[in-house]
Amino acid sequence: MSGLGFFASARFWRGALPALSLTFVLLGVFWLQPRAMSYFGLNLLFNLAVPIALATIAQMFVIAVNDLDLSIGSFVSLVACIGATWLNETPLLGIAALLGCIAVYAAIGALIYIRQLPSIVVTLGMSFVWSGCAVLLLPTPGGSAPDWIRSLVTLKPPYVPMPLVAAVVLALVVHFALMRTSWGVLMRGVGGNEKAITRAGWSVLKLKMTMYALTAVFGILAGLTLVGLATSADANIALRYTLLSIAGVILGGGEFVGGRISPVGAVLGAMTLTLTASFLSFLRISPDWQIGAQGAVLIIVLALRAIVNRLEARK
Amino acid sequence: MKQLEMFMRQHPWSWSFLAAFLTWAVTAAYISGTGGLALASTALSFSTFFVMVGIGQMFVITLGPGNVDLSIPSTITLSAVVSMMVMDGTNAMILPGILAAVGVGVLVGLFNYGLIRVLTIPPIIATMSSSFLVQSSAIALGRGVKIKPPAALEWISTAKMLGVPVLSLLVIAFAIVMAVLLNRTVYGRSVTAFGQNTRAARLAGVPIERIRYLTYTLSAVLAAVCGVFLAGFSGGSSLNMGEEYLLASIAVVVIGGSSIAGGNSNVPGIFGSALFLFLLVAMLNTFGAAAGLRLILTGLIIVGVVTFAGGRKESR
Repeated sequence: MSGLGFFASARFWRGALPALSLTFVLLGVFWLQPRAMSYFGLNLLFNLAVPIALATIAQMFVIAVNDLDLSIGSFVSLVACIGATWLNETPLLGIAALLGCIAVYAAIGALIYIRQLPSIVVTLGMSFVWSGCAVLLLPTPGGSAPDWIRSLVTLKPPYVPMPLVAAVVLALVVHFALMRTSWGVLMRGVGGNEKAITRAGWSVLKLKMTMYALTAVFGILAGLTLVGLATSADANIALRYTLLSIAGVILGGGEFVGGRISPVGAVLGAMTLTLTASFLSFLRISPDWQIGAQGAVLIIVLALRAIVNRLEARK
Repeated sequence: MKQLEMFMRQHPWSWSFLAAFLTWAVTAAYISGTGGLALASTALSFSTFFVMVGIGQMFVITLGPGNVDLSIPSTITLSAVVSMMVMDGTNAMILPGILAAVGVGVLVGLFNYGLIRVLTIPPIIATMSSSFLVQSSAIALGRGVKIKPPAALEWISTAKMLGVPVLSLLVIAFAIVMAVLLNRTVYGRSVTAFGQNTRAARLAGVPIERIRYLTYTLSAVLAAVCGVFLAGFSGGSSLNMGEEYLLASIAVVVIGGSSIAGGNSNVPGIFGSALFLFLLVAMLNTFGAAAGLRLILTGLIIVGVVTFAGGRKESR
């Protein structure tokens, strides 16, 4: 397929959908508020998209192996609480706790694989465990983020605002690792055809544990970024990330089965969802409808994708 | 003893009753006196709500892998808000209020099914997307609105006869009907066939799409009805009233011995595990566990039970 043919193909449109939907919402914001079209405006618009994008990437690793993590929101909240307390006061204890979290995530991956358990139920149970830890650590909202995180998330690079730099770096790094290396092929293979991977002599157990550990790593990055932006934490700070992250992965073109995921799409999806929320406030619509609008965007994009797929099938 | 073991092996739901009984016995022994009976009565009250949504979720889960209704919490909230607004605190409007709630359930079910069918997306995504819209509607409608439930609704949701909650008697009767529906009717057998092998069921002439539509509607309607009684029980609707029912609705199905992979479900287990879930939290409360610790232990026990239950399935 070459030249113009590619641009008319269903594959092109499916791949372009996440970028197109982000552009569409972004144009809407610019049209309503031209002043958003500046360094400062973009910074403000996309600031909170960074932790959501990181959480979405975390969720994507789990979805890649055909599982679902319903605990990522409470996990990110716990990390934010650790960041605002232990990591600030006794950094060594904080780092140890975060490493412990990664180990627990890997162990959950192992448990789900060995016992062939439904990931939804196990992670739903774990969401209680993470929330409980967060409540024990920080019973009332408070704490304060370590200075180094705060200065890191408020960096002001020349010309391009930090959140955009972060999003591009995140998308490219994960895209390269998962889509362009043989290691990434193996990882996605677990979701695509577990038997084939086993017969080729790889340990699915180790691969699944790695994917879950990576989920924890990106969940930690999300939590630390969030606490840096918010400067303090509370045990419920990121609970809505659970559904947002799933929506972001799906919006970005990821699918539930077969290891079909798109890191770039996931980052774009997370940014679109964040932007949809601010789009409403520019329209002066009550924030009560924010989640509704995010749901509507999700449904519209899924509908467009269904149309593209149907056109492809007709050919 | 051998016979008991055989019985429990053949009836996976019996484990949940055993677990509920043990938790109750430990707590009752700790508080001593007549507290145990009061505890059992309270457990019956609270668990009825878990049972209502659990049965709907069970039918959905029976449809097979990927079938889960994530819109239950938001449907509970929306129907509670709508029914309280329609009833406006007057006994005369109770029936229209319940009908309005059922209407909400039917609409949500239709919408869920429509998304699954038209967009050909996994049910979990469909119900999640629609839950965004439903939750938002509930927030927009219900913000700042605090309407007391009509006296008669409050009575039926909280009244007790000789210590037995009236509502729980109704729900037990309803659960028996649902058990018959699952095991003895064409619809119920079709749902099970759907979950065991969708292709085979279709070739055998099961109207696949109608079964799926009915099942998602049933789940949403049950969540809606639960919302009405929950509002009656807790003195009105609140915007986060549905929150805990996401975990609860899935957990009671799985702990109750139904297969999470679908095609093999039972109704009694939902009762046992709903009692167990409530008694578990009650037990931790009695022991004076802090809120955080209570959450951690609840989570760990759910993970533990699933691990254990999954193991049983493997050995079969």
